[in-house]
Amino acid sequence: MNLKKFASLAALGAVVLAACAVPPAAAPAQPAQPAQPAQPAEQKPAEPAKKFAGITVNAITFSGPQIAEPMQRRGKEFSEMTGATINVVTVPFADLYQKILNDFATGTNSFDVIVFAPQWMVDYIEPGYLEDLTDRVKADPDIQWEDIGLFFRDFSATYNGRIYTIPLDGDFQMVYYRTDIAKELGLQPPKTWDDYIAFAKAVSEKKLTTDDGKPVYGSCIAKKKAAQSYWMVTSVASAFIQSQGTGQGAFFDLETFKPLYNNEAFARALEIYKETTQYGPPDEINLDVGDTRGLWTAGQCALTIDWGDIGTLAIEEGSKVKDKTGAVILPGSKQVLDRKTGKLVDCTPELCPYAIDGVNHAPFAAFGGWSGAINKASKPEVKDAAFAYLSYMNQPAQSNVDVTIGKTGFNPYRISQFKNLDNWIKAGMSEQAAKDYLGAIEASLNSPNMVLDLRIPQNQYYQGIVLDGAIAKFLAGEQDIAATMKEIEDGWEQKTEELGRDKQLAAYKATLGVQK
Amino acid sequence: MATITSSASLPATRVRASPGERLAPAVFLLPAVLVVLFVSIFPLILSLFLSLSRLRFEAGGLKVQFVALDNYRKLLFGSEQKVLFGTLATPSPIGWVVLAVVALLMLASVYRAIRDARSGRAIAGRVIAAIVLAGLTYLVVASLLAPEGRPGTLVVTMLYVAVGITVQYLLGLGLALLCAQQLPGRRFFRVVFLLPMMITPVGVGYLFRMLADTNKGPLEPLWVALGMQDFAWSNNAWGARIAVMIGDIWQWTPFMFIVLLAAIEGQEVEPVEAAIVDGASNWDIFRHITLPAILPVSTTLILIRMIEAFKIIDLPNILTNGGPGTATETLTLYAYRIWRALDIGGSAAIAYLLLFLVTFFATLYVRTLRGRVSTA
Repeated sequence: MNLKKFASLAALGAVVLAACAVPPAAAPAQPAQPAQPAQPAEQKPAEPAKKFAGITVNAITFSGPQIAEPMQRRGKEFSEMTGATINVVTVPFADLYQKILNDFATGTNSFDVIVFAPQWMVDYIEPGYLEDLTDRVKADPDIQWEDIGLFFRDFSATYNGRIYTIPLDGDFQMVYYRTDIAKELGLQPPKTWDDYIAFAKAVSEKKLTTDDGKPVYGSCIAKKKAAQSYWMVTSVASAFIQSQGTGQGAFFDLETFKPLYNNEAFARALEIYKETTQYGPPDEINLDVGDTRGLWTAGQCALTIDWGDIGTLAIEEGSKVKDKTGAVILPGSKQVLDRKTGKLVDCTPELCPYAIDGVNHAPFAAFGGWSGAINKASKPEVKDAAFAYLSYMNQPAQSNVDVTIGKTGFNPYRISQFKNLDNWIKAGMSEQAAKDYLGAIEASLNSPNMVLDLRIPQNQYYQGIVLDGAIAKFLAGEQDIAATMKEIEDGWEQKTEELGRDKQLAAYKATLGVQK
Repeated sequence: MATITSSASLPATRVRASPGERLAPAVFLLPAVLVVLFVSIFPLILSLFLSLSRLRFEAGGLKVQFVALDNYRKLLFGSEQKVLFGTLATPSPIGWVVLAVVALLMLASVYRAIRDARSGRAIAGRVIAAIVLAGLTYLVVASLLAPEGRPGTLVVTMLYVAVGITVQYLLGLGLALLCAQQLPGRRFFRVVFLLPMMITPVGVGYLFRMLADTNKGPLEPLWVALGMQDFAWSNNAWGARIAVMIGDIWQWTPFMFIVLLAAIEGQEVEPVEAAIVDGASNWDIFRHITLPAILPVSTTLILIRMIEAFKIIDLPNILTNGGPGTATETLTLYAYRIWRALDIGGSAAIAYLLLFLVTFFATLYVRTLRGRVSTA
């Protein structure tokens, strides 16, 4: 190599090294220096110092764009108002749980705010990683705490009577159906899972197409492995397993903490879940929620199970299903689990006290809604700024708008958001569509038989690994129903033995004591 | 050849080295040794400890509970056994034949070691290798060559390694032989063939995910024209595995190609010219001159790729998340999946199984080929 080439390479290497040494744009900002006036001081009076000038709040959530989008947008507004810098870091959903826990447990504490699934909170609160926000909430009138739905205040925000998170989102799974297709084929919105299958089958047999010639599928459900699909199967199973109110629980027996996922009820749910695949897109078992939502707004699905996001995405620009999207509470069942025998039996007034027309509905509060919490190890002034930021996003002036925008991923959780239709109509929903959409969420929220999501230590392992893995194998045809249920039971039992049955049972019972 | 003179034959008048001179080698080596200890040996020992432990996050920090071989028991005999080994069933007739052939080869190998009167240690090593290899063959046969069988992550990983490296080597060799010819545009093709290697595996994963999408990918018109719009490769276990293998082959063939091209172009010209003068055919020249010449490079190349291929994670993770079911899940992806749920001990146990597997195959490969390469 001659000297010239060597010199060129050395220069290139130096540039690369220098580039690597440059701090990333997202790095925490340096403490702010006093602002240099643009003009001489005598010409313009100095602006009063902003409340959180020079403070940087590092927040983490999942790489949406949902959730991250409003956090960044509102963060910018908050920065302009208060001088604080809001730095939002995003990671894939599947990495979020352990990323946060690793950060806390190793003492890295690189995040001051976490926006996460409240069902994971027990794993963060027990080791003492989260700040108790009870006093801050009480001292903040702008947050209008009483306007937040009781369930979200109680389940998403509170643990052992103390407030640890600020709800930013309200999550319930519902069934969405195409009103135009239902009308065209003379179909009624599904009340039971058998109705759901019949609806999907009818559409599938009709071989409908969209205006641009794409097929319309009878049912689109996100069933991708290691994603968010384990909530979908629980949505189907809930109505068969829980019939005597929220306190009964739909995951474990309240006496023995034995799983309730190895019996005739769950077997029936698995049958239905698999049958829906016949009427779905060919690659349905590899579709995540984002994929099915895309198919829905493209007009390619007649039915889907999803959170509240579909309602607002349907009115976004480019949607082909505006005013064609109906929503109903999750379908129910006329047969439920007899826990003494493990058999599926017909509903009776004693067995299904909350049944409507003989149909037991058990709406599933899957996930519980994205909520924000504060790292206990953050500096006091950063905690102040972090709370102010979460409060700002939560306040009605902001949240009432954000819940009407599909790309935010935020769904209604304030009482005023259900009562006032104006914001929804202003956002582009017809009055009927708004009533349908909010009515389905309200019906779920008000159900005395609502199924609470699992919130026990290491629930992520129970659901994200064991349940998700077994269901993926079942859908792929690797194992039958019996083997699938046994795998779930064995996996859950093994984890329970590891963590301590009594401790897990106590945590489970504590969760089910939640008031709605 | 130069030989090292033994200390006994050194002149008696040899000057005794000063303490500084005696310490110098150790002082110079120490930083490197410390770095290796810190970044390699220490994590290895720590991860071994983790694989024997259960970690729990509790108030005040981490609680580490020693559970001995419990994580390994869970994997090999417990609730995770099916994920690791798959569903084993009675092999097909072909499977039995394969199993019998491998068993006979293993017996012959052990017999040769005994006949050659090798040391007890060598014979024990040969017996252990034979047992492990026969066991792995049984896993492959009872899961892949059995009508009711289904491969687990272990066999799927070995499948990716075997098929991937074989096809990558053959394609890379073919392309290298072509580009070694005095053809017009050969420089252009050399650059083009290298491009896939420059893309990150995650990028390759997304690329193939789009290409394989029969409904909305860029190749949708092609799939529709072929009547495959209702086919989903990701729903089919073998379709998904083949997609992963194609992506892996597409990405890593250039690595084989560039190294083999260098080896081919670096071989001595005189034997080739002499063979041409003697009337040897192209095949004869390749078989008797080129192939032996590039064999040492090929051996190392395959070893490097084999070690790397056992750790494949990006492609199946992006393409299918290991699905459908566990059809495309590799050992590394499996370890990563349970690590995400903070079963760090279980994840470390899988990592150690992988380490054992890679070491076993690498050692077996090197020992099998060492004699042949040196005599080639």
